[in-house]
Amino acid sequence: MKPARRPLFLARSSYRRRRLIDAARLLPAFGAFLLIVPVFWTPGAHTIQDTARDGLYLFGVWFLLIVLAALIARRIAVNAEVETGNTATRDQNRDGD
Amino acid sequence: MPFNVLVLACLLYVIFLFLVAFAVERRADEGQVGWLRSPLIYTLSLSIYCTAWTFYGAVGYAARSGLEFMTIYLGPTLVFVGWWWVLRKLVRIGRVQRVTSIADLISSRYGKSPILGVIVTLMAVAASTPYIALQLQSVTLSFGVFASQTPEGWALPNRDATAIWVAGGLAVFTVLFGTRNLDANERHHGVVTAIAVEAVVKLVALLAVGVFVVWGLAGGPMGVIDKIGDSQISEWQIRPGRWAGLTFLSAAAVLCLPRMFQVLVVENSDERHLATASWAFPLYLLLMSLFVVPIAVVGLEIMPSGANPDLFVLTVPLAAEKGGLAMLAFLGGFSSATSMVIVAAIALATMVSNHIVTPLWLTLRHGGKPVSGDVRRLVLTARRLSIAGVLALGYSYYRLTGGGAALAAIGLISFAGAAQVLPAMMGGIFWRGATRTGAVAGLCLGFAVWLYTLFLPSFGPDGVMSATLLADGPGGISWLRPQALFGTAGMDPLLHALLWSLALNTGAFCIGSILTFPGPVERLQAAQFVEVYDQGAGSGGWGQSAAEAEDLLIMAQRILGDEPAQAFFQAEATAQGKAGYLPDTTPEFVDRLERRLSGSVGAATAHAMLAQIAGGAVVSVEELMAVANETAQIMEYSAQLEAKSEELSRTARALREANDKLTQLSVQKDAFLSQISHELRTPMTSIRAFSEILMDDELPGEMQVKYAGIIHAEAIRLTRLLDDLLELSVLEAGRVTLNRQSANLQTLIDRAVAASGSVAPGRSLTIQRDLPNEQVTVETDTDRLSQVFINLVSNARKYCDAERPTLRIVARPGGGRITVDFIDNGTGIAKKDQALIFEKFSRLSDQNRAGGAGLGLAICREIMANLGGTISYLPGQGGAAFRVAFPRRLPRREPARNEPADAERTAAS
Repeated sequence: MKPARRPLFLARSSYRRRRLIDAARLLPAFGAFLLIVPVFWTPGAHTIQDTARDGLYLFGVWFLLIVLAALIARRIAVNAEVETGNTATRDQNRDGD
Repeated sequence: MPFNVLVLACLLYVIFLFLVAFAVERRADEGQVGWLRSPLIYTLSLSIYCTAWTFYGAVGYAARSGLEFMTIYLGPTLVFVGWWWVLRKLVRIGRVQRVTSIADLISSRYGKSPILGVIVTLMAVAASTPYIALQLQSVTLSFGVFASQTPEGWALPNRDATAIWVAGGLAVFTVLFGTRNLDANERHHGVVTAIAVEAVVKLVALLAVGVFVVWGLAGGPMGVIDKIGDSQISEWQIRPGRWAGLTFLSAAAVLCLPRMFQVLVVENSDERHLATASWAFPLYLLLMSLFVVPIAVVGLEIMPSGANPDLFVLTVPLAAEKGGLAMLAFLGGFSSATSMVIVAAIALATMVSNHIVTPLWLTLRHGGKPVSGDVRRLVLTARRLSIAGVLALGYSYYRLTGGGAALAAIGLISFAGAAQVLPAMMGGIFWRGATRTGAVAGLCLGFAVWLYTLFLPSFGPDGVMSATLLADGPGGISWLRPQALFGTAGMDPLLHALLWSLALNTGAFCIGSILTFPGPVERLQAAQFVEVYDQGAGSGGWGQSAAEAEDLLIMAQRILGDEPAQAFFQAEATAQGKAGYLPDTTPEFVDRLERRLSGSVGAATAHAMLAQIAGGAVVSVEELMAVANETAQIMEYSAQLEAKSEELSRTARALREANDKLTQLSVQKDAFLSQISHELRTPMTSIRAFSEILMDDELPGEMQVKYAGIIHAEAIRLTRLLDDLLELSVLEAGRVTLNRQSANLQTLIDRAVAASGSVAPGRSLTIQRDLPNEQVTVETDTDRLSQVFINLVSNARKYCDAERPTLRIVARPGGGRITVDFIDNGTGIAKKDQALIFEKFSRLSDQNRAGGAGLGLAICREIMANLGGTISYLPGQGGAAFRVAFPRRLPRREPARNEPADAERTAAS
């Protein structure tokens, strides 16, 4: 809200942290895209295995999302520990770049 | 398996939960929260998203609609994986504002509006009722399964009786542990931990059944894949509309369901837990879904056709003669149902008591003594009754629908109802322009459309709506048919209801917000919610009130309980540097107290109660705004006054200066009059003396000539004096006729230097000039201008007291205005005299006097004024220095100046 207080360029660690937050924000869009893909698969091409294949794909995507979310959450938490005592900065980071 | 064993198992299980909850409450009371506030407990408590609907219904759903059941879990997965967007903000707002429920969030955001609290509460109750009915139904069904399987042939006493027993038991449990604390923000550790235990039980149960089915019945994962291909499930085809729509719906529901909001936001003790939950909760959901399809496939294969697929989780192990596993599954289903009902009942009861009962009570008592009686007891009683009421409603719905519909369908109806809060909530936390009117309009419209298109038709044709109404629309208006609004007949009923309710809801919300203007409290709250990460200070809604700290303490004790209230007041007093229990009622303190109270009874109620206890002494924000307006006006007025008084003092200063000068002038004039008398008398004396001598006839001729000469010279001196006086008065009156001529500046200065040569011829004066700069043609009264120059050069010649007098003449033609400086190297003029030298009759000293009457500079000034220019003394040049400035071309003559040139006089001095 106060542009004067926001630096234009950041140190490497803060920069990485913000890209991490970007990743956290992008993840649901990425997931939504992957989950919508089965809609466009031609149904009935191989009747026998369709449901099992779709199921395996969906569970695979689901698991991938969980792993990515865990990695990001862990890194964000570690960074937050490093920046302990600097909560004001941490809070402002949410919309700064 | 005997029914008694079943009941015994249930009882033992419930007693076990009691013990867990009880032990945890004890620990929490002793202040040992430790692992109770771990991310693990938080994540597991979120699992109340997986109700009996998941436990039993997902398999049934998969058996009917293939993989579509996954959408119900993929939506929440996306929301949690994207926690940085919405969940983080919701949790932060919940903590900062001490939000007690989703209704409290909405009400608080839109200006602590009581009406919004009521609307959201009613909607939540309506939307949750089918869901609670669903849980009762599933538990009853699962009892029924065991009853029909039993070899002893006992019959289930009565399905409705079972449901009543279940509902009653749940109500007792919820009342016991859900309403022990009043402050929702103190968190229900016991309940939350019990729910976490239940989460583990249902996960283990479902995984156990799944593992048994996959490896015990289907022959491993490959066998399952083969069986999927063979079963009717593989005929399932993805329906894009439902796929995307249901994913969205479940994502919205996980945010908006009252019970999810309760565990997600209200019971959250640490924001960092959210980071863990962002992946751990999706993992939990994945594990819950992993074996759904295998169980459904195997169930469809081995169970007789016509068996209820909703119960495969129970019936498949039973059919395989695995009684223990079936018991575990039963307990899993039981725990799914109970945990959901407990949390939903707590959440709904909090909303009902905070937003409906307490405000109503406050309004009813308004005329009487403020806050008499124990509010705490009132609120707790209201909550307990609300819990019973909510369960009773669920039971009624169950009876009304006859428990016939598939579990999944009921759950989705509930989801769609809860999702109506979404626009108001998202708009509330991301859009400052969202207003109360918009929110009310959106919520009401969305809720009405949901009722009309989904909830009421769910009772079936001729249930609540007549079959004709469903088929032809009200009064035969076909485009208002409940399941084909505006002619959209081809849509899936659920999608249809979802689309229209949310579209109209959002539309009304946005239009309403854009067209209306929010009140002051609303705008404050909007800023606090949307800018929650940036804010520091509170809303500042309270003025320095006259409310007595003691009164506030009495009220707080009634709501928070004696000890917590006293501890709070003592801490506040200590923070203010005071001893004892009574802090000053500063606005900050009252504001914190309000938030603390709102944690118990909701924002709107806490606000109303504080306003009531303090009577009119508490300043409302509206009043504050009015005060601020008045203050602004007063400040503006005083600023004007200040400006005026400054102007006055400026004028007074100018007057004082003028007065000083007048006094000085008067003194000077007196001095001059005596001087002029002397001046006039000296020549007159010699003229009289010599003329008397001349009257003596015996005077020799040459003497006569000599004396006549003296008389003549003295007469000339007198005439010159009088001429000067005359000229000055002419100039001052502005009646002088200017003779406009063109001449070179150098020529004029040459003339002045030459003419002044006759003055004090004995004194030598070196003149330094700047010839190139003097090459300017001026168009003015050159004779008058020369007169000024002559005067200045003569003055230098006469008065410069340096050993080797030097005069520098510097001309600066700049633009339309020319300045010429005359600077000598004498001692200059003392500062106190600088203001006077241009006055008439001023002569600084009588030494060096060369016949002047002290009128020269005064005449110069009048001439320059007539020429549209100025002459001023230039201090700091190392000698006497005069600056003559005049326009290159004489301006057109203005109308004759009649008043004496007072203004110019002041300016020039």
